[in-house]
Amino acid sequence: MKNYIKKFYYGDIPEDKSGSSDPGNKATHNDWPLWEIFIRSKQGLDHKHAGSLHAADAQMAIENARDVYTRRQEGVSIWVVESKYIHATNPDETGSLYEPANDKVYRYPTFYDLPDEVKHM
Amino acid sequence: METFEKIFQDKIDNEIKIEPKDWMPEAYRKNNIRQISQHAHSEIVGMLPEGNWISRAPTLKRKAILIAKVQDEAGHGLYLYSAAETLGITREKTINDLHSGKAKYSSIFNYPTLTWADMGAIGWLVDGAAILNQVMLTRTSYGPYARAMVRICKEESFHQRQGFDILYTLSKGTAEQKAMCQDAINRWWWPSLMMFGPRDSESTNSDQSIKWKIKRKTNDELRQNFVDMCAMQVKVLGMNLPDEKLKWNETTKQHDWGEINWDEFWNVVKGNGPCNKQRLDARRKAWEEGTWVREAAAAFAEKRKAKAA
Repeated sequence: MKNYIKKFYYGDIPEDKSGSSDPGNKATHNDWPLWEIFIRSKQGLDHKHAGSLHAADAQMAIENARDVYTRRQEGVSIWVVESKYIHATNPDETGSLYEPANDKVYRYPTFYDLPDEVKHM
Repeated sequence: METFEKIFQDKIDNEIKIEPKDWMPEAYRKNNIRQISQHAHSEIVGMLPEGNWISRAPTLKRKAILIAKVQDEAGHGLYLYSAAETLGITREKTINDLHSGKAKYSSIFNYPTLTWADMGAIGWLVDGAAILNQVMLTRTSYGPYARAMVRICKEESFHQRQGFDILYTLSKGTAEQKAMCQDAINRWWWPSLMMFGPRDSESTNSDQSIKWKIKRKTNDELRQNFVDMCAMQVKVLGMNLPDEKLKWNETTKQHDWGEINWDEFWNVVKGNGPCNKQRLDARRKAWEEGTWVREAAAAFAEKRKAKAA
């Protein structure tokens, strides 16, 4: 890998120009677990992933989610799930995983030519 | 390795977002971690200069608005910390880096807020500059960062408007209020221009951030947009921007303007601004004094878990 970021952007002051000191490794305190937040924006709609946050337990995760993700009436219902319980597909397997759906055009209504006499179907 | 990198670059070139579990070059990961966490720190430290005026807001309405704005900024910090976390850095490490002075935040927050008019100037100029950057970043190539930006941009325009509203009110006020308005603009104008970072010409290297579509406009492009925007808006206020060289250029169809004091810029970045120490001290103090809250919450969660079992 020979790609180094050399350009100085807003919000991206490089360390060698910033006069920083290295803090070393002083991580000792255990973080609260991470939670994924799902919000239903209004009755009748699905819950949708909104983001994530740290909280000591589910109750606190819900309260924090309310403060963080529903300050402008974005939700009527909140789900919280500890992130470690979310299982996900591997992007490297995307090709093989979804491949079987690729060649079944007959699953779509447009596959079928209907006689013109049939107006609505 | 080369194929991975090609797949990666193809996605970028085809405007397909990069998601946390996708393969990405180490430098892309590092650059995003640095940029997103600096952005997050800026939101968090950015609460301090305004927090200074919550208890002294001139009316209850202004106070409620300012509290809502500062609360938004805490939220924005959280969206961004979460986005940084998806790249594999812990929240704790990010916060430690801020407190130790290793990580940077926007230098603008190292300037003091001396009068109420500064709340207006921050909203109009500082948030205005931030919005230009953030609107561009809603199209950044890293998915979680882009999504955080969409959320933030939705909330941010209220910040800029309330700031302009403060200045507009002052600009219609007494002679003292008008003077206060102009003074705040004078003090915040140049630091706001510095927010866009060093000049493009400072870099002789190939522009990796643009190639990776982390950034989509250069510092100087964004800065020029900002100057053109403010030069128009300041007229509505009946005030002036403190730059004698500011002038509309009919040929280039944009404003010509003066030169930023780059020594001041680097000086503040390196920690010698008027409020660098004060800001970091305030953050560390908040973290230390919050220790018992974090411990109590953890203990309470344990207790509740034991009870439920």
